[in-house]
Amino acid sequence: MRPTGLLAAGALLYGRDLKLAFRRWEQVTQPVVFFLMVTTLFPLALSPDTAQLRQVAAGIVWVAALLSALLALEFMFRSDYEDGTLEQLVLSGQPLWWLAMVKAFAHWTVSGLPLVLVSPLVAASLSVPAEAQWTVLASLALGTGILSFLGAVGAALTLGVRRGSVLLSLLVLPLTMPALIFGARAVDMAIMGDSPRGPLLLLTAMLILSLSLGPFATSAGLKVSME
Amino acid sequence: MNVQTFLHMGGYGMYLWPAFCLTLFVLLFNIWSARRALKEARAAATRRLQMEDNRS
Amino acid sequence: MWTWFHRLGSPPHVYRIAARLTPWLAWPAAALIVIALYGGLVMAPADAQQGEGFRMLYVHAPSAWMSMFIYGNMAIAAAVGLIWRIKVAHAVAAASAPVGAWFTFAALATGSLWGKPMWGTWWVWDARLTSELILLFLYLGYMALRTSIEEPQRADRASAVLAVVGVVNLPIIHYSVYWWNTLHQGATITKLDKPSISGDMLWPLLVMIAGFTVYYAAVLCVRVRAEVIRRERNASWLREELAT
Repeated sequence: MRPTGLLAAGALLYGRDLKLAFRRWEQVTQPVVFFLMVTTLFPLALSPDTAQLRQVAAGIVWVAALLSALLALEFMFRSDYEDGTLEQLVLSGQPLWWLAMVKAFAHWTVSGLPLVLVSPLVAASLSVPAEAQWTVLASLALGTGILSFLGAVGAALTLGVRRGSVLLSLLVLPLTMPALIFGARAVDMAIMGDSPRGPLLLLTAMLILSLSLGPFATSAGLKVSME
Repeated sequence: MNVQTFLHMGGYGMYLWPAFCLTLFVLLFNIWSARRALKEARAAATRRLQMEDNRS
Repeated sequence: MWTWFHRLGSPPHVYRIAARLTPWLAWPAAALIVIALYGGLVMAPADAQQGEGFRMLYVHAPSAWMSMFIYGNMAIAAAVGLIWRIKVAHAVAAASAPVGAWFTFAALATGSLWGKPMWGTWWVWDARLTSELILLFLYLGYMALRTSIEEPQRADRASAVLAVVGVVNLPIIHYSVYWWNTLHQGATITKLDKPSISGDMLWPLLVMIAGFTVYYAAVLCVRVRAEVIRRERNASWLREELAT
C-alpha cells in the first residue's frame, strides 16, 4: 500500500478537524459572540458619540478580535491530546510540522475566519466608514491567521498544563503585539482616507513568517508535550 | 562640592537617588536570592540522598 | 584542544569551576560598579539640557542593556540544550531568567523615575520603555511556563522552545514598537535617548555596563550550581560535593 502523500494526509486532517468542529458548534460560535460583546463594552464604557468612536474604532476592533481568537486557541490540540489522536499524529510518519501547519490552518478556518466575517458588522457599529471595511476584513484575515500560526506554538507548549488557558494567553499575547500595531494602524489609515498598503504588506510578511516558521516550533512543542 | 549639593543633584535628587537605590537593591537581592537558591538545592539534594540511603 | 569545551557539558565540572570562579567575578564586578558610580555621580559633568538628572542614565541604560543581553544568552543556552540535549545548558537558561527579569524591572523603574522630572508623568509610552515592558512579559511568560510544568526535563525543553520563539520575535517586536512610537510622536527623537554624550560622560557608562556584565556572570555561577544540583539524580559526585 502506498504511503499517504503530504497533500492527501493534509486534506484528510483538515477535513476531519472541520467536521469535528461543526459537531461542537458552540466552539465556533462562542468566540464570535464574545467578539460582539466585547465590542459593545467600549461604547458603553466610553461614549456613544460616533466621532469619538471612529477615532478609537481601529484599536477596539483589533483588540476585541485578538482576545476572541485567543479564547479559542487552547482548543487547537486539547481534544486530540485527550483522546489519543495527537499521539497517533506524532507517530504517523507524516512530517509533524506539516500536520501542525494543517491543524493551525483548520483552527483558523473554524475560529479566525468567523471573526473576520463578522468584523464588518462590528466595525460599522463603531462608525467605521464603508470605504475602510475592506481594510478591516483584510487586516483581520491576516491578523487572525498570524495568531493561529503563532498561537499554535503556545497551545502545543501548554498542553496538559492544568488551567493552561491563562498561561497560554500570557505566552502568546506579547508575540502578537507587532501584528496588533500594524493591523490597527492599517484600519486607522483607511478610516482617515489614506492608503493602508504599507501596514498591510507588513502584516502579510508577518503571516508568511509565522506560517513558515511557526509549524516547526509547534511540532517541537508537541513532541515536548508528548514526552 | 558639599554633601547638600550632592544630595540635591540640581533638583533631581528626589528621583535620582531612588533610582540608584532601587538598582542597588536589585543587585543585592539577586545575590541573596542566588545564594539562597543554592543553599536550598543543596539541602533538598542532601535530604533526598539520605532518604534513599535509609531505604536501601 | 576542545576538552575544556566538552567539560562544560559535565555537571560536576561546571559545579566545581563555578564555585571557584565566583569570587574572581564578584569582587571585580563590585569594583567596576563602584568606579562607575564615582565616575557617573561625581566626575562626569552635568548635561547641558538635562542637568544633573541625566545621571540616571548610568543605572537605566546598563539595566536595559543587561535585560536584552541576558535574554539573548538565555535563548542561546536554551537552544543548545534543546538541540544537543545538554543539561548544563538548560541549567544556564533557567539560572539566567530571574536575573534578566529583575534587570528588566530595574530598567522600567529607573526609566519611570527618569521620565517623571523630564516629562511630567510617571509613565510614557516611549519606544524603549514599551519595548522593555514587552520584554518583561516575555521573561514572565518563560518563568511561568517553567513553573507550570512539573516534570523538570519537560519544563526545560518546553521553555527552551518558548525562549527560541521569543528571541526570534524580539527584533520584530522591537522594531514594531519603535515604528509605532515614531508615528504617534511625529519626528521627535526617542525620549530616553542619551544626551549628546561626551567622553567624560561616556566612560562611566561603559564601566557600569562592564560591571553589570561581570556581576551577571558571578550571580550566574551561583545559580547554575543550584540548577545543576536540581537536575542531578543519584550521582556519586553529588554526594562528594554535598559532604564537603
